[in-house]
Amino acid sequence: MANDAPAPLIALRDITRHYGSGEAMVRALDGVTLTVSKGEFVAIMGPSGSGKSTAMNVLGCLDSPSSGHYLFNGIEVAGLDRDQRALLRRHYLGFIFQGYNLLPRSSALQNVELPLIYKGLARAEREERALEALDRVGLAHRATHDPSELSGGQQQRVAIARALAGHPQVVLADEPTGNLDTKRSVEIMELLRQLNREEGLTIIMVTHEEDMAEFADRLIWMVDGKVATDRKTAKGAA
Amino acid sequence: MLWETVRLALQAILRNPMRSFLTVLGVVIGVAAVIAMVTIGRGSAAQVTADVQTLGANRLMLSPGQARMGPGSGSGSARPFALSDVDALTDQLSSIETGAPTATRQMVAVFGNTNHRTSVNGTDSRYLVVSDWRLAAGRAFTSAEEGGRAACILGHTVKQELFGHADPLGEDIRLGTLSCQVIGVLEAKGASAFGTDQDDVVLIPFRTFARRIAGSADVPLITLSMRDGVSTDRAVGDVTALMREIRRIGPGEDDDFTVNTMEQLSSMLTGISNVLTGLLSAVAAVSLLVGGIGIMNIMLVSVTERTREIGIRMAVGAQAHQVLMQFLVESIVLSALGGLLGIALGLALAALGAGLLEVPFVPDPGVIALAFVFSAAVGIVFGFVPARSAARLDPIDALRH
Repeated sequence: MANDAPAPLIALRDITRHYGSGEAMVRALDGVTLTVSKGEFVAIMGPSGSGKSTAMNVLGCLDSPSSGHYLFNGIEVAGLDRDQRALLRRHYLGFIFQGYNLLPRSSALQNVELPLIYKGLARAEREERALEALDRVGLAHRATHDPSELSGGQQQRVAIARALAGHPQVVLADEPTGNLDTKRSVEIMELLRQLNREEGLTIIMVTHEEDMAEFADRLIWMVDGKVATDRKTAKGAA
Repeated sequence: MLWETVRLALQAILRNPMRSFLTVLGVVIGVAAVIAMVTIGRGSAAQVTADVQTLGANRLMLSPGQARMGPGSGSGSARPFALSDVDALTDQLSSIETGAPTATRQMVAVFGNTNHRTSVNGTDSRYLVVSDWRLAAGRAFTSAEEGGRAACILGHTVKQELFGHADPLGEDIRLGTLSCQVIGVLEAKGASAFGTDQDDVVLIPFRTFARRIAGSADVPLITLSMRDGVSTDRAVGDVTALMREIRRIGPGEDDDFTVNTMEQLSSMLTGISNVLTGLLSAVAAVSLLVGGIGIMNIMLVSVTERTREIGIRMAVGAQAHQVLMQFLVESIVLSALGGLLGIALGLALAALGAGLLEVPFVPDPGVIALAFVFSAAVGIVFGFVPARSAARLDPIDALRH
């Protein structure tokens, strides 16, 4: 493993996540061990039911594992309660969803400001940072538009700006191109790639499209709640 | 952060103004009802106090028997007073300015071919002092007339009914078999606190009344006025002591007469109006309750509709208590706005009602503040359950919604 890095940003060890009990018990995650270092761009793939979404929920601190250890920046977060996980998400994580999940009837700027409200930033500073984030995704000129006035690709870029606005250590992207056509998908992936390369942003992405996974440095393939293969992609090897 | 939450709540409320308005309509109506009732109630209480002032706030009424004011007063077996009692009270007590005997009978007053049923009051000139009543025309009784002559002073209503705009002075009117000359007309006084017309009266000398109408010199009621600066308690004490002496009531025996003060009358009347206000306020409180349930209903719907929004907020780091606060503040702001609307509507209704009922418009800042606080409290109580259900949502489920 990466011995050159001082400590991995994320380290999962023997993570399980069970639903139900007895005969009906579903092992969504069945002993996942993996590490992600700062600045990596990781894609997670796998057939449906392989546990990749559950893995994302655990990585994103939306869900708590049933057992195992999850070290984030060296801190054990597996046993944290709801409110503590909310604080972790607020300060260290950014989310990008397949369905964009923007607030309707709120401007792009208001949507990007949302995480900053919970960070307790004053209004002026929020606006400044939200505009800066919109600028990074090339949508500063659309700040006052409602999501309904934006195309799918633009909406996803607003969502990326929202994930960036809080200056997170990791961005978690769940099927970010799932609702987009190929051309827009490539644009979004190039944007993520650029953020990763130029700003050192750590990105973990779930996708079911091989083409999109190729934009990452590393591909984790999951089957039956376990990591089946973990390899560098063509880009990662380059 | 709180101001941020309030701003957010206002945004959410104004996003759907019609629905928000209908949601708080119950609170608006409840608060409007409370404000209107209480304001009109206070107006009529003020009116009652003013009416009692027209009766003469410094008056005492002395009646035989242990009866209290109100229904069933005047027990038949009680010893009546004598004219000499009036003189004794006025002459011997320093706390009493003056007093007048009063005997009343309902009779038909006839002038020419007009007649009018009125109340004939046997008294003397001191009555005008006691009741602080001035003459609009003519003069009071002379002592010769008070000796038993047939002279009369008309109340404003009787004068209008019998004479219209003609001058009644010097004319003779008939009261039953008694024919008497009109020597004066009283100033108009208006309705009493009981709603009766105080001007529907004919005054004749007490002795004339006793001989020609009642056939008895008994004094059924003595009206006294206190000297300025004398406390009601002292005057009542003086009158009671003297009357016990005159009527030879031994120590330990109960009074066989009653002294009523205007304060008692006034508090009885305002008491009635307070009871009414209380009952109507209870009805209004029920409508506030119903209004609160309406708010709870819509807030629950709103939480369901905004499940995905809640999920997004949680994903970006909102803690459960922050989501709870957001929805709680929204329902408080909603119901407080309803309260403000209700206060405005209630005051408008009260102003209108006060105009129609001819009572003064007396808005009560305390009640208005209370209504506002109460409506906000409705938001807290009925907003809590929906807000808690929002805060308890699982972010993963909420995002998938």
